Amino acid sequence: MSLLELLDIEKAFGAVQVLQGVTLNVAAGEVVGLVGDNGAGKSTLMKAITGVYPVDKGAVRFNGQDVTELSPGARRALGIEMIYQDLALAPQQDVANNIFLGREPTKRLWGLIPGMVDKARIDAEAQKMVDRLGVKIPSIHIPVGMLSGGQQQTIAIARALTFQPKLVIMDEPTAALAVKEVGSVLNLIAQMASEGIGVILISHRLNDIFQACSRIVVLRRGLVIADLDRQKTDMAEVVSYIVGAHT
Amino acid sequence: MTLTSFFERANVRVESLIVLAGLVVLMSLLSPVFLSFSNFFNIMLATTTVGILAIGATFVISAAGIDLSLGSILGLSSVVGAALVLYVGLPWPFLILGCLGAGMLAGAANGLTVAVARVPAFIVTLGMMGIARGLALIISSGQGIYGLPPEILFLGQARPFGIPTPVYILVITAAVSHYILAHTRFGHHTLALGDNEHAARATGINVRQLRIKLYTLSGFMAGLAGLIFTARVNTGDPTAGLSYELAAITAAIIGGTNLFGGRGSILGTMIGALVMGILQNGLTLMNMQSYYQQMAIGTVLVAAVWLDQIRSRGRVL
Repeated sequence: MSLLELLDIEKAFGAVQVLQGVTLNVAAGEVVGLVGDNGAGKSTLMKAITGVYPVDKGAVRFNGQDVTELSPGARRALGIEMIYQDLALAPQQDVANNIFLGREPTKRLWGLIPGMVDKARIDAEAQKMVDRLGVKIPSIHIPVGMLSGGQQQTIAIARALTFQPKLVIMDEPTAALAVKEVGSVLNLIAQMASEGIGVILISHRLNDIFQACSRIVVLRRGLVIADLDRQKTDMAEVVSYIVGAHT
Repeated sequence: MTLTSFFERANVRVESLIVLAGLVVLMSLLSPVFLSFSNFFNIMLATTTVGILAIGATFVISAAGIDLSLGSILGLSSVVGAALVLYVGLPWPFLILGCLGAGMLAGAANGLTVAVARVPAFIVTLGMMGIARGLALIISSGQGIYGLPPEILFLGQARPFGIPTPVYILVITAAVSHYILAHTRFGHHTLALGDNEHAARATGINVRQLRIKLYTLSGFMAGLAGLIFTARVNTGDPTAGLSYELAAITAAIIGGTNLFGGRGSILGTMIGALVMGILQNGLTLMNMQSYYQQMAIGTVLVAAVWLDQIRSRGRVL
């Protein structure tokens, strides 16, 4: 059974029909590369999955459940995580608080007053996550804005992984990274897949796509025009689909 | 843990402590009575109104907003509270409810306009500055409303255990506000919203609701400051709090609140409010006209932001 099922998704902004009936499945532990030219509808499709954009037509099923009408927060609670290209980190807050942003555990102050953020627990669990991912940062107590681009990327990944997600969507995770940092992000993706997490990887870097993904889906003008097995395709074929040379 | 790192962890700017200490030394050299015991309470009293407004400013500015209507809402709540009791004839608790309620309503109106109608906070609160002040003058026909019941005067003029009641109110309000900003999810989300709105949205924080709450909280603080002011001067005064937002915002900025959001501390703001109180008190002791206070505060505000700019240029943030 597929983890994520998109059935005939349509979405228009005014007169512009951005998605014209997208059908796509992602299985647990599978890394699917989503490629396509600018304006092909990749970002819109991702936001339809996370629930940021309600769809006009079609259904989003996750883990056998129809989530089409659920809010982004409810879908996140079910295990759909998105890592944005801009990472969506709060630069002046420390690493630990960023990892738990929006999901801070609380306790009672002096056992009485509820609603106190449990900073000790946040720090302990953030440290565990950082260690597990092998992220090299000076301390979880320093502001995220003081870290390098690669370190910030791994913090964003750590945040996505802290709450046992089932599906992680990554938008251009390697676009702003140095070569060495790209390798460690791709390793993390492989690690996620081996733990049974489904991954959708959006990237313009076909090298990264071919290295990390087992399936490559090409989106063009709001439609899936190719769904390729990495073993049975090559870069030339993918590029020809992206630019529309294949019809 | 060294003292410096303690203050840094609490998000207090060390410079603010230096400014505070320097000001204390300067004023005690200039005026022989400055360091007297009774003058200490004068300073504390002078700090209360601005201090409570500055707490409201700290929350809103930490979330990358601004509230220019603090002083005007103070005046409006002062008039509404006094009018409910002295014009309408309701019992004294309605003065408290009137002040706080008027403040919260005006703040909620700010919040709704910013969060739902998406008008920039600068414009919304600048507009509210005029609206609240005008409304206060209309309700009171431009006159002070005198003769409050003794229960209310207790809030402003009594000195239980030798300490003025407003000082207790300030300390309790600051302690609760510190807890909210530094230790609750609401506080964490406030700082995150000011830091990066997209991060706040992406992590499921209800940004619209949070903004409405923040401006309502700011309005509540203005209402509370209005209540104390009213009780101190025994008058519902439509001109109360005129240009107090200047001192309140300055206190917050001196205390280390980032003008562009993402960082703020109630402890720091209290230090900033003390600087404002001492400045006001010292200039009064030196028989300077109050007009000079405005100039001094304005200068300090620009200098504090300038210093912060220099500091942050050296950082990666």
